[in-house]
Formats: sequence, structure tokens, C-alpha cells
Amino acid sequence: MAECHPVGFQWVMEAKLRGAKIIHVDPRFTRTSAVADLHVPLRAGTDIAFLGGIVNYIIEHRRWFDEYVRRYTNAEVIIDERYADTEDLDGFFSGWNPESRSYDPTSWQYDGMETFSAGGQREEGAILGEAAHYAQGGQLQGGEPPNIDPTLEHPRCVFQLLKRHYARYTPEAVEEITGVPREVFIEVAESLCDNSGRERTSAFCYAVGWTQHSVGVQYIRTAAIVQLLLGNIGRPGGGILALRGHTSIQGSTDIPTLYNILPGYIPMPHSHSHQNLAEFIDNNSAATGYWGHMDAYMTSLLKAWWGDTATAQNDYCFDYMPRITGDHSVYQQILKMRDGEVEGFFVMGENPAVGSANSKLHRLAMAELKWLVVRDTSITESASFWKDGPEIETGELRAQDIETEIFFLPAASHVEKAGSFTNTQRLLQWREQAVEPPGDCRSELWFMYHLIRRIREKLAESTEARDRPILDLTWNYPTQGPHDDPDPESVVAEINGWDADGKPLSAYTQLKADGSTACGCWIYCGWYADGVNQAARRKPGSEQSWVAPEWGWAWPANRRILYNRASADPDGNPWSERKRYVWWDAEQGKWTGHDVPDFKPDTSPDYRPAEGATAEDAIRGDKPFIMQADGRGWLFVPSGLTDGPLPTHFEPHESPFPNPLYGQAANPARQQFPRPDNPSNPTFGEPGTEVFPYVMTTYRLTEHHTAGGMSRVVPHLSELQPEFFCEVSPELAAERGLQHGGWATIVSSRSAIEARVLVTERIRPLRIGSDPARTVHQVGLPYHWGTRGLRTGDSANDLFPLVLDPNVHIQEVKAATCDIRPGRRPRGAQLLELVDDYRRRMQGEAA
Amino acid sequence: MDLRDLVENLPLARQLRGDTLALGPAAQSGPTASLRPRTATADRVAKSVCPYCAVGCGQRVYVKDERVIQIEGDPDSPISRGRLCPKGSASLQYVHSPMREYGVLYRRPHGTDWEPLSLEQAMDMIADRVIDTRARTFVGPDPDEPERKLNRTLGFGHLGGATLDNEENYLIKKGFSALGAIQIENQARI
Amino acid sequence: MQLTLHRSAAPYPPERQRPRVGFFTDTSICIGCKACEVACKEWNNVPADDCGFSGDSYDNTLALGADTWRHVAFIEQRRPLGLREEPGTSLVQEAAAGQLGADGELPVHEDAGFRWLMSSDVCKHCTEAACLEVCPTGSLFRTEFGTVVVQEDVCNGCGYCIPACPFGVIDQRKDDGRAWKCTLCYDRLRDDMEPACAQACPTKSIQFGELEELRARAERRVEQLRGAGEPGAQLYGADPQNGVGGTGAFFLLLDEPETYGLPPDPVDTTRDLTEIWQTAALAGAMLVAGSVLALIGSRR
Repeated sequence: MAECHPVGFQWVMEAKLRGAKIIHVDPRFTRTSAVADLHVPLRAGTDIAFLGGIVNYIIEHRRWFDEYVRRYTNAEVIIDERYADTEDLDGFFSGWNPESRSYDPTSWQYDGMETFSAGGQREEGAILGEAAHYAQGGQLQGGEPPNIDPTLEHPRCVFQLLKRHYARYTPEAVEEITGVPREVFIEVAESLCDNSGRERTSAFCYAVGWTQHSVGVQYIRTAAIVQLLLGNIGRPGGGILALRGHTSIQGSTDIPTLYNILPGYIPMPHSHSHQNLAEFIDNNSAATGYWGHMDAYMTSLLKAWWGDTATAQNDYCFDYMPRITGDHSVYQQILKMRDGEVEGFFVMGENPAVGSANSKLHRLAMAELKWLVVRDTSITESASFWKDGPEIETGELRAQDIETEIFFLPAASHVEKAGSFTNTQRLLQWREQAVEPPGDCRSELWFMYHLIRRIREKLAESTEARDRPILDLTWNYPTQGPHDDPDPESVVAEINGWDADGKPLSAYTQLKADGSTACGCWIYCGWYADGVNQAARRKPGSEQSWVAPEWGWAWPANRRILYNRASADPDGNPWSERKRYVWWDAEQGKWTGHDVPDFKPDTSPDYRPAEGATAEDAIRGDKPFIMQADGRGWLFVPSGLTDGPLPTHFEPHESPFPNPLYGQAANPARQQFPRPDNPSNPTFGEPGTEVFPYVMTTYRLTEHHTAGGMSRVVPHLSELQPEFFCEVSPELAAERGLQHGGWATIVSSRSAIEARVLVTERIRPLRIGSDPARTVHQVGLPYHWGTRGLRTGDSANDLFPLVLDPNVHIQEVKAATCDIRPGRRPRGAQLLELVDDYRRRMQGEAA
Repeated sequence: MDLRDLVENLPLARQLRGDTLALGPAAQSGPTASLRPRTATADRVAKSVCPYCAVGCGQRVYVKDERVIQIEGDPDSPISRGRLCPKGSASLQYVHSPMREYGVLYRRPHGTDWEPLSLEQAMDMIADRVIDTRARTFVGPDPDEPERKLNRTLGFGHLGGATLDNEENYLIKKGFSALGAIQIENQARI
Repeated sequence: MQLTLHRSAAPYPPERQRPRVGFFTDTSICIGCKACEVACKEWNNVPADDCGFSGDSYDNTLALGADTWRHVAFIEQRRPLGLREEPGTSLVQEAAAGQLGADGELPVHEDAGFRWLMSSDVCKHCTEAACLEVCPTGSLFRTEFGTVVVQEDVCNGCGYCIPACPFGVIDQRKDDGRAWKCTLCYDRLRDDMEPACAQACPTKSIQFGELEELRARAERRVEQLRGAGEPGAQLYGADPQNGVGGTGAFFLLLDEPETYGLPPDPVDTTRDLTEIWQTAALAGAMLVAGSVLALIGSRR
């Protein structure tokens, strides 16, 4: 956190000065470790074993927050009798289909439920894991699961399943898998327990490298289980805080440019199951909890996009929405591109030629396009792969042979346009425009507005049915200024939404399913309440409460902590004076506190839903998790995940070690793309593992920004970390003859790259396994460099395979295997020969 | 400055008034004496937010003669309290980067170098490419199961960075979806 | 007559003299982010230094100089590891020499005592500032805030100040020959703004303020750290009795100054000037007297 979010880290340092204990768990000793009370290095890719060990510790030592767990989580719920655990099936859950390599999750459901359809219908064959983002839920009667056991003793209740699932995650197992000595592990577990409960809370902070694993979603899930057991969710000082790396990456999923969702996490319609709006709503929304209003959210979105054309008679233009049929994520797109099936590609402020796993594959894919549009402030590797990319050097590509037509359009910087970013805590902040963009530089807002305007003008006379959606689209944003920029506030007004009279809405609770309201993103409704841009509020922090509710605007409804009803006990009183945050005011009959309560304001703690109640009315007054159909925090996830209801330790896709817990080594549901341009290194048990004996991981440095497009172009940053380097332990340096300050070549079956050698005791060899334990060396690779910028270097992501988490299709670039050797890499075609040589060796052929 | 001021400001006079070794006021040059921070001369200050990570630190952007002359932390921000990391502190140099491009560049098929192109022409050509690709690749009903609708094109896609504004993402999703493109993706996946 | 040199850090008439200000750099909360280096360069238009990859931990600007006015040092500090107990040779040094493991013996890591120290160095703005005293052009001067500043419109690049600095702070810029160093953002102070580095510092490792107050705060912090099991915590430069009469920018260190590359006992290189001058005057007087006597004698 100190490394990548130094300014956010000021609060951690302040907490430390006030006595908080800071524990840093990371394979690498970073700037965070330097000031932490305890640094715990572990083998990359083994975090679920570590966190699962904590779950086991909590249960074993009876350290859970009993009342919180009993009343606020689904610990008491009994699960379907067909459910079988990884303990029973040696690394698989019930429902595994070996042909499709995917799960049928019906046996994971709450006992006694006929159907349990989650948001985001699971499709035959295709994996639609984003269900986790969706309207999770089920058709619960009055929000209540049919079968519960408040004593938590029923063998199929969630608590007992959890206990059994993690029983073998002992301190000894943790040590064997992760390399963390058991006494260090116990210190971490004890510290967490000691600092949780009524009087105290503990927080987990992670950077999104935590998600870049083939079990990425389950990493976060395990942390969620720990935090629910300890009562650290929805309370001040608690939570699981994703520290995201890009200024509006939160906004990029809220108002997504993602294939699988529409604004506000509404699923993208699927061809097979969503023939009409009613079917779409029915298949995607739970009857209970706040997703019970998905019809209002979706209809309002359609009204925002197609305005008066959208009527009840034409299903509000639901058929104007294109349909997905499976995974259309960027990686699938790149593979199709490589195979010549994609003609055109827009890349805006992104640099896949450096930032994506197996980045060589991405560069080769772009060379197959007919046309490519790149928008950025400077020429990125993604724009110039045909001119100075690594494949030009090796001779794999020749500019003369590449047919791709490329447009580079210079972009406006953040000070040259007005607009909003959503930060990592869901806070929208408005930026004023300081100056006009220079030269041909323009904002993406300008680009999109004028591109679509031109296309509409060119198609204006069309009678083709396919052109109706674009021609009927509402696209009348007023323009202003010397470049005819669309007024960004007019876009804000549409995102926020308006009623039948055109009056701005002030809360998503006003949205209607009858077509009388329009709203571009329901969770952002209220941003433009009273016609005022709430995100532009800048009342100084020193002039308001510590929650600072008048700085910017947080979705939803300006809430700063989600599920904050959990900061009060079941009766609505604060758990303790120290941790007072939101509570029930019995006299006034409403919830109140330091923050906007995340609960229906007048629903008293003793409220019990009537039979047949729907939406929020189906949530009991003592169930804080109002987006869940049952109002409970889910220790066990009956629906919404593609790879299992409980996080399970799996080895990374490439690992030099076996999985000591299960016969199944890696996540069986992970997405793999075995093809010649995306080979895998042998993993433990396969012949040739010794060819790639080391674990490699990538990461960032304070001085640079992700793929480098915004930092390698800045002299004052590039001088601070001028060259690509690898971090290795003195022991590995000795083993491989690497000279500190010299060069090393790092090799995988994808490619070979070179880096300067930084020998450091901050990288520590770990002892893994038992009888006998083996030493594992890890190679640390900051991934900021490429062929362009003030300072250039090889790209670490060239080394990684394209292997994905099955839920959200995120790449595994935090753990894979490699070899490392002293000296610089060969140039030109000889580089390919080196990699070929390794591939032959791993396949058992003589070098 | 009248004569009396002039005399009093002579280095010797200053020296005689206590700065005996001429190491203090006596040594001040004219420019030094009139030194002010450049922010004091700014024409305006825009309230902004750092473009790098998602902490969302407040920035103040100082503008003089329609040029950004300084970017620094906004002490009013309850998130950052005026502080910035090295990247945030380098925002000014990012805006004025020596690597920055100010004109459209075009690389024709099989070309070996960039060529300049007007923005107007580039926009027109890009619109044509989209229309052309889409016309060729748009699929209405599913060819295998005609009763099912696809209403989409897989002929072109998009990958956006996560440093774009919400309003921009909204127009990207809305505009491209209305064209039937579904491969609309973001750094958030990566 | 006693010849005295005016060494006051407050040479301004009362109506212009401002309280002396400085930096208290608390390295115990430094996270080595280098925001100070960048914020300084951005504000003061200092060019990039671009030394290249150094291999010196995460430090690639290496030292204070004409183009680096704030410099963050990174010290990877180990206590003896396993088999190799000889002090002085770090494993990294051995790796650099290509000797590691040459004897077939690899050290076994014990989980003991590795730490990564970070410290942001800066011009000390000494009470007795040699650079200032040797400057023949009056380019270096003492501001009304008690800080020491180079006036670039006056500096002629003679370079006398460079060897005079006991800390090796001030330096000539290669392309223009003039001397450059931290001004403690003199222009910003004029408008009651904080220096750029202190404002940017995310953890407030760099604290700006009135020197007296900073020193008191620092004393309390040292006590607190020692009480919390940091026996090495110590202040560097805060003592007005030290060789430069105390520094305007002082530090809280967690180890000896040498660990951070700081001179343990810096001395104002012109400190003896008064004495030298007096001695010289006396010698001169004696010479004159002697000559006179000799002359008288010879006339006898």
C-alpha cells in the first residue's frame, strides 16, 4: 500500500502512531513492509491457504464474533443434501462436468429451494461468472431460507460446512504450502482476533494484484469469510478495501466498458435466455433484496438510451441491445483477433502491448487487424508495435507485411477536460477544466460524441433494421467551446436520470418500471440531485465531520461505508461506544448516525417480513446485507460463483509444487487457452518441471504507473526507476551466478526477456513442503517497461501465460514459473532459438 | 522608490544596519527582493483530481496565460490533505511531457512510418471503417437458431483505460452498444 | 579590540526578521516514496538527474547535487545471517563481486533483523553556513527566515561554496556552471506557503515549521521511539552546540548518521576563520612591530 498508494497510506501510518498493528503479507519486502510491525513473506499464489488457515484458527479457537455471525451471516442456513465438498471429492465440489470443465451449481443451494436462479444466468457450456457482480439471490419466501439451524450444529448448516472445509488448513499445512513458519502465522491469526470484536475492528487492504490469479475472486472471498467471522464488515475501521491502481477503475466497472454488464451491474442480455425484457428481469433479479427492483433500473436505462422511442409496446427497445452468447472478454477478443476474426479495435488510454499477460500474443494479434485506433497522450507500444515492437527485432513481424491501418489520436489530459473520476472507495469527484486541450488533443467524450454523430449522419437515410438502434439513440448533447465539446454535465444529468417532467431524480428509490423515469446508471442516481453536480462538492475536510459527507458524492446515496447497518447490533444499538457509526433512533423511529444508513430508513430492528413480501420489504430488520436476497453476509456462496461456494487452496496454473491438500492441483474451472502461441510451462508432476524451477511474480513500483504510459514519459519519474530490473535473493544469485548490478535473462515458454539484477535480502527464499521441505526461489519483476518512453526495457508480462480466473476472466500474472540465467538475452532470431530450446527441453527433447 | 529608499537599500547601508558581514539583507539582489511564488501570479486555479491511482487525491491546477504552471495537492481534500505521491507530484510534467503528441498520426497498410493526418479527416475515415466493418459483420438472428436474436457485431471491439472519466465511459458503452458491438472492454478486466 | 564576525542566523532588522524555519525529517515514518524529490523538482524546475540504474537498492539519484535537492536514501540493513557472521560484508556486496556461494556454502536465512531504512536528505540550512561565508559574490545569503539561499542571478559559478559545505550538499550544474541547492522554497515562504517537499510528503515524514517548535516536537518523538524499543533513535543536526551551530533542517534517524551516509561530526569549514583572522592580525601586528623594532635596532 505504501508502494502503490502512498497518500492513502498516510492513514495507516497515522493509525500506527495511535497504536494500530500493521501486518504486511506479501512475497516481496516492499516499502510497506519497511514500516509494518510484521512482514510475512509467502510463496506467490498461496494466499487462500494462508487465509483459510485463519478461518480454521478462528473456528478452532472459538474466536468468531458470535452474535454477528449468528444474526448477520448465513452461518445457520442448511445447504442442499446433494452438496459435496472438496474434502469429499479430492479438490472438486459436487456438480463438476469434466467435458465442459465447469460446474453445475444447483447442489450448492440452500436446502429446500426448488429453484435458485442467480443474477446472471449460467449458460450451457459458456461460463458467465460475472454473476458475482450481479443480482445475486434466489426466490426466497419473504427473504427467508427454508431451513435454518440457529444452534449452528446441523451437519449441513453453513457453519459446519465451513468448519469441515477448512479443518485441514492447520498452521502446519499453512507452513508447508505457503512457507510461512507456523509461529509467524499464529501471530497473524491471533493479532487479527485480538483486534476484532465489539470494541475493535481490523481492516484488510489489498492492491488488485490479489485478484490476478486463476483463483482471484476466491482470494477476496476468503478475506470476506474471515471478516464476516470476525464481525469486521459494515463497521468503521473494518472492511476489505481494494486499493485500485487507476484513477477511475471503480467508475469503469460502475459505468462499465465491460462486455458482460450494463451500467450499475445489470447483466448484459444473453441471446439464449433473454428473449424479452420480462424474461430478462425474471432470470436476473431476485424477488427479495434491493435487486428486486431490477425492472425499474433496466427500464429506466432503456429510456435513457432510446428516449421516446422506448415504449411499453416495443418492450422499451430491449431488442436494440446486442446479445452476448458467452465469454467476450478482451482475451477472447485478442485470440479471435490473432486468428483474423476481428477487423477493428479501439484502444483508448490502455496499453495491452505491455500490460496484458502474454503481451507478445496481444501485439501479434493487433498485427492481424484491418484497422486500429489508439488514443493516448503519447505513442504507446500498442500504437507502434509495427514499428519498434520486440517482434520487429526478432523478425517475426515486418512493417511492410502488416496490413493494419492505424490511427493515432492525441488525447486530452485530465486538466484539459471537465469530468468525474470514481475513486477506490466509490467516491465520485469532479474535476474542473483548467485549460483547453492543445493541438488536436481531445477528450474521449469529444471523440465518442463526434464519432457517433458522424456515423449517425452517414447512416441517416438507412432503412436497415440493424441501424435503428444507433439512429434512435438519444445523442443530443449540447456542445460548447472552441472544439464543440459535448457538455459533460449534460451526460451527468442523463446518468443521474429524470422523471416524466424532466426533473432530476434524487435517489434510485424513485426509479419506476413503467417507463416514466429515465436513468443511465441506477447506482449513480442522486449524483445530480436538485440539478446540482454533487460530485463537485468540495467543503474542506477540516470544516466537516471525519466522515466528510460533503466532499464529492459516493454511490449509492452518498453512503461512505456499505452495509453499515452492521455497525449496530441486532437491536439497533452500536456494538460499542468506540465503534459507534449508524444506529436505530427508537424515538424518531428511524436509522441515524455519522453516515447515510444503508438500510430502509424506517425499518425497525424488530421488523419481520410478511409472507410474500418482496424487494427490501422482504429483508428482516436485523439483516444488514440488503443487496443479498436473504439480507445475510454469505460465508458460503450458494450462487454467483463458477468455481465453488467455498474458497479452496489451488496451486497456480504453473507451479513447481504439488497441492498437498487435494489430488486436484490447480483450479479445475480456470480458463485455459492451450495453443502454440500460448504455451504453458510444465507444472508439478509433469515431465520438464525442472526446466522452469523458479516462481516469478510481477508488481509495481511507487515511481511508475502500471504499463508505464503515464510515467515512462515523465522525466522526473523515469529517472527515479530508469531501468527494468529483477529482484532476486542472494541465494538465488549464488545458485545461478547472477551478478548484482549485472544482467539476467528470464525465460518462460512464452518468451525471454532481460533485466538488470538487483540482488536483495528483501526477497527471501522460502521452505516449502515437508519430508523434505524444498527451497523455493522467487523472481520479482516490476512490469512498467516497454520499447517506448524516455527509458525503455523489456516487458515482464511477455513471460506470462494467458490463463484466467473463471469468474471474472482476470489474468494470472502474479504467479507462474520461469528460469533465470546470467547475462543479456540474445538479439534477433537468436532470441526465438533460445525460447525454442527451452520448449524442446521441457518436452523432454535433448537441447 | 524615492531617494531615501534608494539610499537605505544600498548594500552598504543595509550592512551598516546590522548585517555586518553582508550575508543577509545586504546581499539580496533585486530579483530576490521581489521574489514571489509563481502560483501567486496565476490567473485561475482549477480544482482537480490526480489522474494516476484510485486514491483520488485532490489537486489544484494553476493556470497563467492559458498554460498550466503548477499542479499541487489540495489541502482541503479530506482524502489526501494536500499531499501527493511522486506520480501525483509529477502531474505537471505529465501534462507537458516531452513525449506528448499534439497531432493525429496515420499509418497506412504496409507503411513503414507515421504520416500526419488532419483530425477532421481521421474522424471521417474512422467513421467509415466502423460503418464498413459493421455492415459486413453484423448478425441479426442467430444463424443456428434463427428464433434467437443476436443483433450484434463481433467485427470490432474496444479496450479502454481506467483513467477515463465516467461520462466518457458512459458514451463509449452507450454508443458502441447501440452499434451492436459487445466486445467493449476495460483495464478493469486486466 | 576583539574582532567578531556576525554569525547570526537572524541578521535582519526586527521588522523584517521572521522566525527561523526549517525541516524536521522524521525518517522513522518515511516510506521512501520520493514524492519530496519530485515535488521539489516540479516546483523549482530542477532538471532530471538521470544517473541510470545504480543497483543501490531503490535509489537511483544517489546523492544531493545541483539537480537533486531532496534525496531519499535506501539502506538495506542486515544483522548477521546464519553462517556468515563477519560484519561488513553484505550478501549483496558478495553477489556484486560474483563471490557468493563460491565456497559452496549458502547462508541460511534466519528470520532475524532485516530492515529497510529510508531517509530524505536535504540542505541543512546551517546556523554557521560555510557556503555562505565563503561566497565571494554575495550570491549565497541568509534569508529573513534564517535559511540559506543561492541567488542564481548573482552566482558566477566560482565554486568556492562546494568544498566549503561539510555535507557535500551544494553543487555546480554541469551545463551552466552555477551552484544550486535547496532554497527551502524561499519563494513559497514569502507567501506563507509550505515548501513543496513538505506539502507533498504523504506521511509527514518531512515536517516544516518554526525551528524551535520543530526541535521540541522532535525531542518528544525521540523519547517516544526509544520507549517503544528503538534504542538507535537519535536526532541529527538539532543540537545548536554542534559543529555548524545546529542545522535548520535536522533529522530523526534510527541508526548512526554514517549508516545514512551523513557525516557524524560536521564542522563549519570556516568556523576557525575568526581565530585565523585574529591570529593573522596578531601575526601581522607582530611582524610590523618586529620590523619597527628591527628598524629601530638597526639605526642604533
